[in-house]
Amino acid sequence: MTGAAKLLLIAFSMIFTENYVLVQFLGICPFLGVSKKFDSCIGMSGAVIFVMTLASAVTWLIYTYVMVPLGLTYLSTIIFILVIAALVQFVEIVLKKFIRPLYDALGVYLPLITTNCAVLAVTLQNVGENYNFLESVVDGLTAGIGFGLALVLFCGVRKALEMAKPPKSFEGLPITLIAAALTSMTFMGFAGIADRLFG
Amino acid sequence: MNEKLKIFTNGIFRENPVLILLLGCCSVLAVSVTVSGALGMGAALTFVLVCSNVVISLLRKIIPDKVRIPCYIVVIATFVTVVQRVVEAFLPELHKALGVFLALIVVNCIVLGRAEMFASRRSVPDSLLDGLGMGIGYTMVIVGIAVIRELVGNGTLFDIRIIPEGFQIGIISQTPGGFLMFGFAIALLVWCLGKKGKKFDPRIGCDGACGSCAMGCANRVYDLPAGPDAEKKEVQS
Repeated sequence: MTGAAKLLLIAFSMIFTENYVLVQFLGICPFLGVSKKFDSCIGMSGAVIFVMTLASAVTWLIYTYVMVPLGLTYLSTIIFILVIAALVQFVEIVLKKFIRPLYDALGVYLPLITTNCAVLAVTLQNVGENYNFLESVVDGLTAGIGFGLALVLFCGVRKALEMAKPPKSFEGLPITLIAAALTSMTFMGFAGIADRLFG
Repeated sequence: MNEKLKIFTNGIFRENPVLILLLGCCSVLAVSVTVSGALGMGAALTFVLVCSNVVISLLRKIIPDKVRIPCYIVVIATFVTVVQRVVEAFLPELHKALGVFLALIVVNCIVLGRAEMFASRRSVPDSLLDGLGMGIGYTMVIVGIAVIRELVGNGTLFDIRIIPEGFQIGIISQTPGGFLMFGFAIALLVWCLGKKGKKFDPRIGCDGACGSCAMGCANRVYDLPAGPDAEKKEVQS
């Protein structure tokens, strides 16, 4: 497969067929917690896209140029989580100092991202699949976009849910989870498309 | 003695990490496809939780307050790496079934949450019991959901066929089924609590104890009714 086609395949599958939230169950906590208000959906998605792209790039460089030569690949979990935690802190400080408007928009969501399992998952996936640098960055970027898409879509579903009147035991979280099940069912429709399009 | 028993059962019933505290939902939804995978995940998480609780409780007077979260993460990640290596070497099938979720125990909010809310303040035996109770509580829920999902969705239990081929409802073992069964499990809990005249008080990914929380959102992100403060809980128990 040529380079560009592979990048397109990664992008398509991360956004639709292998969507982190609705197909692979990664990042469910923010998905359920933040999707109530549209503004916080956008803020959270922006922060996740930003950190995922950066983390993919940084961890790939560290993995390839430090961990592989030193034979430390079995420590990838522990090193990646520390890199992500440090990176999030660093990004927060840099944004606060130099890019104030972006900090105002994303600042609140940044500390939450360290414990967002989707970020660690994407970095582990990059090295697990032996992606090269560009593929890793695209993987991180599109995984973030897929997360954002799921969050924004589900936000709309929840708006409609507010009007509904479910049975008493289902009020609140249970009916939200069932709505999430229906939303994820729509994403099952994408299954198999990627192979046909790019295979 | 009674006190110790209370700490142990706290995680299993009264403060079940999955159903009441709503922590670590990702792995519950993803790994509950087969009963054997769910049991393996429960065992792995219980091991990490007990070990990290004990070590963090031992180190609680040494770790400076300002850098406590990175310290906890290092301790937790160490034990996760141990589990990963052991499972990869001796149980390759389980390793394949759990996939990335084994590594993701590092960011499982149950482990970090117990480190922050319990182990960093209590004695070593208490922390051990708390870790064990929480781990068993998690395992019970994930195995319970997995039994239904494997039986209905795949027609098998521990890979032994029970429902004949062609009569299973495939969607239950696929992604939507995970959300669906978890929703039903919580609805059942709400119904049971309602029968007893109690109210269900869910706290999504957060218990509202902002003062002691590592996330730094301070109620700005998670728009939730603030749960009882962690400090108060400690005093009561």
